[in-house]
Amino acid sequence: MKFAVIVFPGSNCDVDMYHAIKDELGEEVEYVWHTADSLDAFDAILLPGGFSYGDYLRSGAIARFSNVMKAIQKAAGEGKPILGVCNGFQILLEAGLLPGAMRRNNSLKFICRPVTLSVENNETMFTSLYEQGEVLTIPIAHGEGNYYCDEETLQKLVDNRQIIFRYHDENPNGSLENIAGIMNENGNVLGMMPHPERAVDALLGSADGLKLFQSIVKYWRVKHVVTS
Amino acid sequence: MYKVKVYVTLRENVLDPQGTAVKGALHSLSYCEVQDVRIGKFMELVIEKSERDIEELVREMCEKLLANTVIEDYRYDIEEVVVQ
Repeated sequence: MKFAVIVFPGSNCDVDMYHAIKDELGEEVEYVWHTADSLDAFDAILLPGGFSYGDYLRSGAIARFSNVMKAIQKAAGEGKPILGVCNGFQILLEAGLLPGAMRRNNSLKFICRPVTLSVENNETMFTSLYEQGEVLTIPIAHGEGNYYCDEETLQKLVDNRQIIFRYHDENPNGSLENIAGIMNENGNVLGMMPHPERAVDALLGSADGLKLFQSIVKYWRVKHVVTS
Repeated sequence: MYKVKVYVTLRENVLDPQGTAVKGALHSLSYCEVQDVRIGKFMELVIEKSERDIEELVREMCEKLLANTVIEDYRYDIEEVVVQ
């Protein structure tokens, strides 16, 4: 299985993402620059965290118009797994691939520390290896992770089980309904503020993020590899 | 040529954490009359005349990029300027 890590000017978690896939997951991975026209060669697409375009105007607002976003829209339509973490999540929101928007953290502080999350839906291509309700320890690092959407959108997210992760012990940023991660209606685009790629080895403090990537591989193998 | 001033603010029902912090600071300076503070963005655009209707053009730019209409409102002033 081949993963793409999209690199925007200002991405800074691209190396962590690459390391998680190559060294911890043991799958193929390549960096893809934001000017790329096609993602046809890849099976899954990862949008890493960072400060694309310096977060000027709004986080993700400018990255959303990069050339590669057309290919991402296409891949999303084809049902390929797309994961946006932190700034990657903000870009997916700005691009309209996920509903809602990000506000500054309630505390106005940039928060960088491990938090606990609960798995709200384990019947997805991103979470199938977790238990329903499993509590994970995964770090966050953001100043704008305060998720917001209107009531109608929230109801849809709840009804379709699109809320995938919620903050467990405490809500670090003030997000609506303790939301930490949501998925699109088709179930192939996930955005989350916590960084699973920074929690792929006990040496890093937690390996709880690894199963997310393993779930993607499992989904892909079941779909694409014929067992003899 | 047009000079366009665009003001982007958080929608009224969206909590503004920066505004709340600034209100707190004003109160601590004993400006207790201050009921509310909302912080927004101000942008000044210089746009040359084209075949497009200027209002339509500005609205389009606001909707597409300058404001995120999920959480933000925008308004603008358009001033026609004569190039010397």
